[in-house]
Amino acid sequence: MRWHPLEIVFWLCTLLPFVLTPNYLSLASQIAITALFALSLDLILGYAGIVSLGHAAFFGVGAYTAGLLAKHYWSEPLSGLILAAIVAGLVGYASSHIVVRFRHLALIMLTMGLGLLLHEAANSASGLTGGADGLQGFKVASVLGFKFDMFGRTAYGFSLLVLFVCFLVCRRIIHSPFGLALRGIRENATRMPAIGAPSRAHLRKAYTIAAVIAGIAGALLTQTTSTVSLEVLSFGRSADVLVILILGGAGRLYGGIIGAIIYMVARDQFSGLNPQYWYFWIGLLLVAVVMLLPNGILGGFAKFFPRRS
Amino acid sequence: MFSSAAGVLFDGFAYGMLLFLLSVGLSVTLGMMNFVNLAHCSFAMVGGYATVSLTGKLGWPFLATLPAAFLAGAAVSIVLERTLYRKLYRASDLDQCLLTIGIVFISVAAFAWFYSTEQQSVRVPDYLQGSVQVGAQSFAAYRLFLIAIGLLILGALVFLVERTRFGAQVRAAVDNQRMARGLGIDVDRAFMITFALGGGLAGLGGALAIQVVGLDPTFALAYLVYVLIVVAVGGLGSIGGSFAAAAVLGISDMAGKYYFPWLGAFLIYLVMVALLMWRPAGLFGKR
Repeated sequence: MRWHPLEIVFWLCTLLPFVLTPNYLSLASQIAITALFALSLDLILGYAGIVSLGHAAFFGVGAYTAGLLAKHYWSEPLSGLILAAIVAGLVGYASSHIVVRFRHLALIMLTMGLGLLLHEAANSASGLTGGADGLQGFKVASVLGFKFDMFGRTAYGFSLLVLFVCFLVCRRIIHSPFGLALRGIRENATRMPAIGAPSRAHLRKAYTIAAVIAGIAGALLTQTTSTVSLEVLSFGRSADVLVILILGGAGRLYGGIIGAIIYMVARDQFSGLNPQYWYFWIGLLLVAVVMLLPNGILGGFAKFFPRRS
Repeated sequence: MFSSAAGVLFDGFAYGMLLFLLSVGLSVTLGMMNFVNLAHCSFAMVGGYATVSLTGKLGWPFLATLPAAFLAGAAVSIVLERTLYRKLYRASDLDQCLLTIGIVFISVAAFAWFYSTEQQSVRVPDYLQGSVQVGAQSFAAYRLFLIAIGLLILGALVFLVERTRFGAQVRAAVDNQRMARGLGIDVDRAFMITFALGGGLAGLGGALAIQVVGLDPTFALAYLVYVLIVVAVGGLGSIGGSFAAAAVLGISDMAGKYYFPWLGAFLIYLVMVALLMWRPAGLFGKR
């Protein structure tokens, strides 16, 4: 799959915050982390058609794994990321056996229920997770020789690098025969086995991969902020990431990233303006997107600038 | 031991009636049009704040504000249905979720703007405040009142759906919308009326909930989860199912809070996940 010139321009633009807005680098790293989280949801929602309202479960598992590791054992970030990815992947694989059996409302409610169960479990097990106070009081060692500074320079560089690597992996996956099969399952889950693609096994695989990436995103948040709060597992985070993905355009690789940039910048601006009421503007934005741009911002874009074939 | 169990059952059942009022409209409209209306609890909030305003500023008696809360919920839902929702009946689940979540966000911020984020309370008449003594057991009067209203509305709804011509149209539309249209039933009109009725019942539920759980602008999000659980467990389009699911949910929530307070809401979610894995279409659902 060849790279479109616009894609190269886009990734070069992600370096601009270092020069143009050096005071907003910690926001930029939050955006990169959210974009990674949205990308992982895009794999299962946009490509495989699994609507999940509990995706924060894997984000939270990754975040707590990295936090507990840094607090009790060692604080080297790369190995922390890998371990968080493995643990989130295991939880994802275990829950995928339940999730792929259901569709429609039951699916949405089950993913939401499993997410809420994990949130309550973390809340109750305050000996391990710190409960509502969260995990604090650990330092993360420098990554590849760069220390985490208070301006967020290392944080953004590290988050961006991880986002880019995961993006390459996702790009490879969705252009592979496996990715095509996923799209086939999304369109018709009963017809795909007839042409030799086992629906449930494929969905389990996709769900596990998405859990791994979400776990990495969660671990990144822990390592760049040196805290874990109970909020990483919350229903609000699952709903936010869904909104972000649909805002940008589900089923498009860049949908989650564009959605994350717009949503996070808008939230930052509106909450700076009037902290209590930023939800009003986000709500208005959502209504406008659905009524005027039914396939998200990138979908509207594609409609106005059709691709030459 | 017996008396505490009876108390938990009674309180849980009263709480369940509240959830039934809040969710029955969503269940029926979801069953008819497959429209995922996450803003259903915003209608409840409209009713709740209508009651707060009417009792507080205008000094209406509490009972007189309840029909007003119903009308406020119904009016808002009918306006939204006419202007926004009807354009998305054929859109995907996701677009519907997004639009209605947007409406929830707007309503949360708007109520925070007009009423501040403080918990609102409402003054109920004296005869609803104390408790009623039956044998050795005392029952809170307000909860008895909730149960009475819940049962009354259940009866009225069952009569409406099972015995009237309009109810037959609604049942036909829930079973097979295309077939109902083919037989000349005006499904859009039936849906609009059902939607208004559901919004009105939610408004009534919101007004009645103030005395039990309070009211602040995050109500629309906080109770969304409970309402969705009732709808999914009860089965789409089933009034009896919503009633049973709301009662089970209310009682297990109360029992969990009373006997296992350290578990928090863990127990309800566990009950929901287990019930859904057992019967994905809900307890009484057909699809």
